[in-house]
Amino acid sequence: MRQELTLRGNRAILARANPLSKFAAVLLITAVLALSIDWVSASVALVFELMVFPLAGLTLSLLWQRGWPLILAAAIGGWSTSILAADSGRILVDAGIWTMSEGSLQLGIGFMLRGFAIALPAVLLMSCTDPTDLADALAQKARLPHRFVLGTLAAMRLVGLMAEEWQTIGMARRARGVGSRGSLGQRVKATLGQSFGLLVQAIRRASRLAVTMEARGFGGGPRTWARASTFSLLDLGVVAGGIVVAGSALVAALSAGTWNMVWLGN
Amino acid sequence: MKPAHDAPGTVRPAAITARGWGWRHAGRARPAVHSLDLDIAPGERVLLLGPSGAGKSTLLHALAGVLGDINDDGEAGDADESGSLLVDGAPPRARRGRAGLMQQDPETQVVLSRVGDDVAFGAENLAVPRDAIWPRVHEALADVGLAHLPLDHPTSALSGGQKQRLALAGILAMRPGLILLDEPTANLDPDGVLEVRDAVARSLDKTGATLVVVEHRVSVWKDLVDRIVVLQPGSAADPAVLLDGPPDRVLTEAQSMLAAAGVWVPGYVPATRSRDAVPSHGAGSLLLAAEELGVSRERPRRKGFRTVPPVPVQEGIAAQVRSGQALAITGANGAGKSTFALTLAGLLEPVSGTVSATLDLSRGAGINPYKWKAEQLISRVGTVFQEPEHQFVTGKVLDELLFGPRHLGHGEDRVEELLERLRLTQLVDANPYTLSGGEKRRLSVATVLAASPQVLILDEPTFGQDANTWAELASFLSELLDSGTAVVAVTHDAEFTEALGGAELRMAAAEAVAQ
Repeated sequence: MRQELTLRGNRAILARANPLSKFAAVLLITAVLALSIDWVSASVALVFELMVFPLAGLTLSLLWQRGWPLILAAAIGGWSTSILAADSGRILVDAGIWTMSEGSLQLGIGFMLRGFAIALPAVLLMSCTDPTDLADALAQKARLPHRFVLGTLAAMRLVGLMAEEWQTIGMARRARGVGSRGSLGQRVKATLGQSFGLLVQAIRRASRLAVTMEARGFGGGPRTWARASTFSLLDLGVVAGGIVVAGSALVAALSAGTWNMVWLGN
Repeated sequence: MKPAHDAPGTVRPAAITARGWGWRHAGRARPAVHSLDLDIAPGERVLLLGPSGAGKSTLLHALAGVLGDINDDGEAGDADESGSLLVDGAPPRARRGRAGLMQQDPETQVVLSRVGDDVAFGAENLAVPRDAIWPRVHEALADVGLAHLPLDHPTSALSGGQKQRLALAGILAMRPGLILLDEPTANLDPDGVLEVRDAVARSLDKTGATLVVVEHRVSVWKDLVDRIVVLQPGSAADPAVLLDGPPDRVLTEAQSMLAAAGVWVPGYVPATRSRDAVPSHGAGSLLLAAEELGVSRERPRRKGFRTVPPVPVQEGIAAQVRSGQALAITGANGAGKSTFALTLAGLLEPVSGTVSATLDLSRGAGINPYKWKAEQLISRVGTVFQEPEHQFVTGKVLDELLFGPRHLGHGEDRVEELLERLRLTQLVDANPYTLSGGEKRRLSVATVLAASPQVLILDEPTFGQDANTWAELASFLSELLDSGTAVVAVTHDAEFTEALGGAELRMAAAEAVAQ
């Protein structure tokens, strides 16, 4: 988990773009997709997104490793929509307690594709954006208060540490006779106790880290930035790319007549 | 044009003046420091000694200008200050960047996730111009011997000693006139201790900054400092400074007093109880055996639909644990010593090979300790973790000791004896988290022993302990061994290994074995 917080080794072109421009592009695409439940806009966006993969240094197997819960969730969402949505058109499968019709299948597929198409940009953004660069951009370009941004960044490093600590505390408590295997009640109790132990450690660590940061002059005063967060032509390209993907999805759905505003219903 | 303060070697060392200075933490009845009078000249190097509770850390925090907002328990509140404590004639808070502080826990001395960024952090906060920051970063990394690392090297991949050196680099990049070290090597193995000490020595020689260091192990710092100040717990009658002078004089004058206070005085190993008779190799009944054992802290990982076993940090380990016998597990950092001990203790699942309990130990619970239920485990194999707080499960010392016996339904009668033997009787109503380091260590050993295990496994039990706790622990373990308990200790401490007697399993640093 701690390794996943840095991007060491990712030399892809999108890793060099400013996090804010990437964020803007992702926001554009997801905004368009969130407006309509139709399979045309979703699949157009999806095709574009898959083409962007190599630019972010991502491969299909890496995507599966990092994003399988999201992919699984989208697939399950699509499946349940197609069997539970109101039937319309020809009945394709009739299993007694549920049926799948042409209309509900179409809705289900649209739902699933849309799930993919909305989740993918986020995975793309995460896999080619270093948290430190993101913090630099947020503080220098978006003008968020640096105390808040850098405090969050430093705390994120502790999150990885907490994952290790959780495992250690679990073992340490088993060595005291607190079983984490047993009835449901025992497990819940054990987990609560372990969470309390972790909370205590987290607070201690956090207050020591706060002292470290304060002792290095961190505070409210003016500060300089060793790393300049800059925009370049690449960022223009990234935002333009976002506009192209979002626009194509919108135009394709409108011209195919499938554009279907979420709040207007059928 | 470069600003003047950026030319190397122009650090202006800081002066410290304390006049009747005192500090009481919020919510405490007694002051941590009481009427301190002390002068430290620019460029002086001072080692602060004294028993726990003498206010050494409080003084360091005050000098760093970080005292008051948050205390060690993360609480804010109203504290009391009296007298004056000045750095270069001004209160430390007003002197941001004049002092740099390094604390004990390496994990919290690192702020950012890339080496270069972390070193730059302090300089950024002091608003050093960007063009001047990176030369400072390179210089500081070279001074602490980390110049070989790329600037984007992940800080999480550093060893404890490297993390502390990185923290020192971050401090040096601020060009402080005062360097404050609060037990900087207490959590490090012997190699790490020397790494950090040498890096401090090099950078002081170069910058001439003033140094104040707090540490139990005097021998590490004795040759580097030119003055030792011994503090004592403050009271109205006694001044805070008990002794003050050149290292050799103070150590001779105060040898017995310092030793009694638990300070590790050079050349002095505290006396410990020796065993009645050291059993010959192979004596005692076999309790636990490791064969062809491969160990890792990682669990099998899911990669999509596949399950990938972890890469072991160490493979092919063979070891035997026998009643009444000590086994010391020693070796370099990262060799997997603790991981092996935790696997032997039935807390981690072996990656390959086996850990098997003999019938003398398993008594019907099955051959594989990892499969035992928690209650079965604690009455057979007890494990004392390096960090005592990880094992506290109640809010009171007495409950803590009764926890194991209550779960087992027997053995509560042993608690009284353990309280007595480990000097915890006065503390039965205290909250375990509020105890001192030595008390926490004694309590963690007592709680595990309350379940009467036949095998006791300890992970670095002497780390950061003062000489008194050290000697008590070694003596107590030798008693346990004589009574037939098997003791396994992961340790870097050669004197402790010797005091235990018994076999030694030396583990070589293993490159992670490729699959």
